Amino acid sequence: MPPCNYLMSTLFRTPVSDEEWRGAYGLSPERDVPFTTLSGETIEPLYTERDLPVDDRASIGLPGQFPFTRGVYPSMYRGRLWTMRQFAGFGTAEETNERFRYLIEHGQTGLSTAFDMPSLMGHDSDHLRSLGEVGREGVAVDTALDMETLFGGIPLDEVTVSMTINAPAAIMLAFFVVAAERQGIPPERLGGTIQTDILKEYIAQKEWCFPVDPAMRLVTDMIEWCAERMPRWHPVSISGYHIREAGATAAQELAFTLKDGLTYVEHAVARGLDVDEFAPRLSFFFNAQIDFFEEIAKYRAARRIWARELRYTFGAKDPRSWLMRFHTQTAGVSLTAQQPFNNIVRTAIEALAGVLGGTQSLHTNSFDEALALPTEESVRIALRTQQIIAHETGVANTIDPLGGSYFVEALTDRMEEQAYDYFGRIDELGGMVQAVKDGYPQREIADAAFQLQQEIDSGRRIVVGVNSFTEGDDAQTPILRIDPALEQKQIERVRAAKAARDTGAVELALADLKAGADSRRNLMPLLLDAARLHVSEGEIVHALQQVWGDYRERPVF
Amino acid sequence: MSVAGARTIRVVVAKPGLDGHDRGAKIIARAMRDAGMEVIYTGLHQTPEQIAETVIQEDADALGISILSGAHMTLVPRVVELLRAQGLEDVVVTVGGTIPGEDVEPLKRAGVAEVFTPGASTEAITEFIRGSVHGR
Repeated sequence: MPPCNYLMSTLFRTPVSDEEWRGAYGLSPERDVPFTTLSGETIEPLYTERDLPVDDRASIGLPGQFPFTRGVYPSMYRGRLWTMRQFAGFGTAEETNERFRYLIEHGQTGLSTAFDMPSLMGHDSDHLRSLGEVGREGVAVDTALDMETLFGGIPLDEVTVSMTINAPAAIMLAFFVVAAERQGIPPERLGGTIQTDILKEYIAQKEWCFPVDPAMRLVTDMIEWCAERMPRWHPVSISGYHIREAGATAAQELAFTLKDGLTYVEHAVARGLDVDEFAPRLSFFFNAQIDFFEEIAKYRAARRIWARELRYTFGAKDPRSWLMRFHTQTAGVSLTAQQPFNNIVRTAIEALAGVLGGTQSLHTNSFDEALALPTEESVRIALRTQQIIAHETGVANTIDPLGGSYFVEALTDRMEEQAYDYFGRIDELGGMVQAVKDGYPQREIADAAFQLQQEIDSGRRIVVGVNSFTEGDDAQTPILRIDPALEQKQIERVRAAKAARDTGAVELALADLKAGADSRRNLMPLLLDAARLHVSEGEIVHALQQVWGDYRERPVF
Repeated sequence: MSVAGARTIRVVVAKPGLDGHDRGAKIIARAMRDAGMEVIYTGLHQTPEQIAETVIQEDADALGISILSGAHMTLVPRVVELLRAQGLEDVVVTVGGTIPGEDVEPLKRAGVAEVFTPGASTEAITEFIRGSVHGR
């Protein structure tokens, strides 16, 4: 029977060309699934040397060599492992200070601060809008005194600190600098990062205080002040994390984040700064989703685009300005409330993608975070996951082990192309600030989120334990409860701090701030003066809002 | 296009509290609209008073509250109380978000018809609202 013979011979003969392989593949059965990435990108059955970049030496290169596709440093993890930086914060500064010390005792090498919602939105704990939210999703910080407590007993010139706060970032940085002053440490010796990325707030995380233009001015004030006074500090952590959590595809995360970053550079240059004065201190923060190779390609493309843009578009001459250094966090949205122990596995795979993508620091989520803030037990497992990747798997033995992979290089190129497509569309809209005001990235993300949900609801995309393999949930997982008494405790703290101040001096500081907001002066020195007098975050935000107004989003879905 | 006894269901989707996690709220709003309901989305950072006012103004049959800030035990009962104080006993109130299992019963006792946690399908939510509104 000739057809059968033909089939057998094609299937079992060693293919000698791509065409013969394609023929053999075409005759083989194929599973009836979409073969797309989490972002909906079609994936070919096989990648070959034809999928490598044409100029592979120039595009892929070597670690520590422009355009840094293979990593920003020549030695990468052979020289130094990534920083294991678990994000923490809840209750008052006292509770979080305890958690910080616990994490340091367990081998964590850097601190990362989560603030509560009122702090993120610029409300004091005793404000009416803060009711029920104080210390719930992060630590409550109202004045420089809280900041002092938060880092009490922690040597701020030895441990690097990350603070995840944006709209009021300049105020929190002032509190932090004052807290360090009181430990006897000048700003020049402080190392760490404050997020400050306000564009992605309007795009995705939605915690804001001011309209877009004054918010951009405040960011630029910080970049300028830090360039002069805080050589070890990263004044902005340009963040794709929240963009991705809000439902963006990998390409959207990459494109919007980089475009935000390029926009901060433009603003700082327009302020009169030399790009090499501040660009080496810009850092990035990306998500690690569950689609392993897509994520790795995203990080590699990000490094290449940033290096090229800084060098050729902005004319940066200092090679440090070309380096995209980034923090990674595993995807909160990938965690399921069902069968929560499965989340340990998801997080491990995502973390591995971050490591193989060359991250400089990493936060691994805890398995119970689809339910509540994590317990100490679950946080320890999350940290151990990183330690297992670092010390047991052997993946840190060589640099960029996936470099040169036909598939990964092809995905990296595609990711880069898609980012430039978005850059073009954003430029047509008049740049990122205008695009954000028009709600363009917001709409793109909402569309992508809806599409993914439809795939999940229809069962075309399987989520284990949610729409498949759903045989009963695990027993009740113990969760962290935030003691409601902590809210009252913090309200009393801020009231006591306010009562103990020189009211006349506070009034004067607020009046100076308002005058400063109305001028073109850099606001950082005025914010520091206010912080030293224990003027509260809410008072400062309120004063600035009197000059600048606040922000309201047009609700669209 | 109202037929006797089967007018188009009007739903308010609301985001109380200070968190900005609006992915779920927007997806649900769109799914309910696609299912033929009239959907009013309040936008972010609403107070309980603002939400109750929207439900009254919009003459809504149902209210879907989306909250991921952990403040649900403070804010949700307050919204329900305000609705009841206005005599709106029959508005179907549902809650979605990161709600720990042990908070579900207390929320129901406070007057919430159903709580949807991560992983709930848009279809299940839409069907629940349709069934509850028609079953009033």
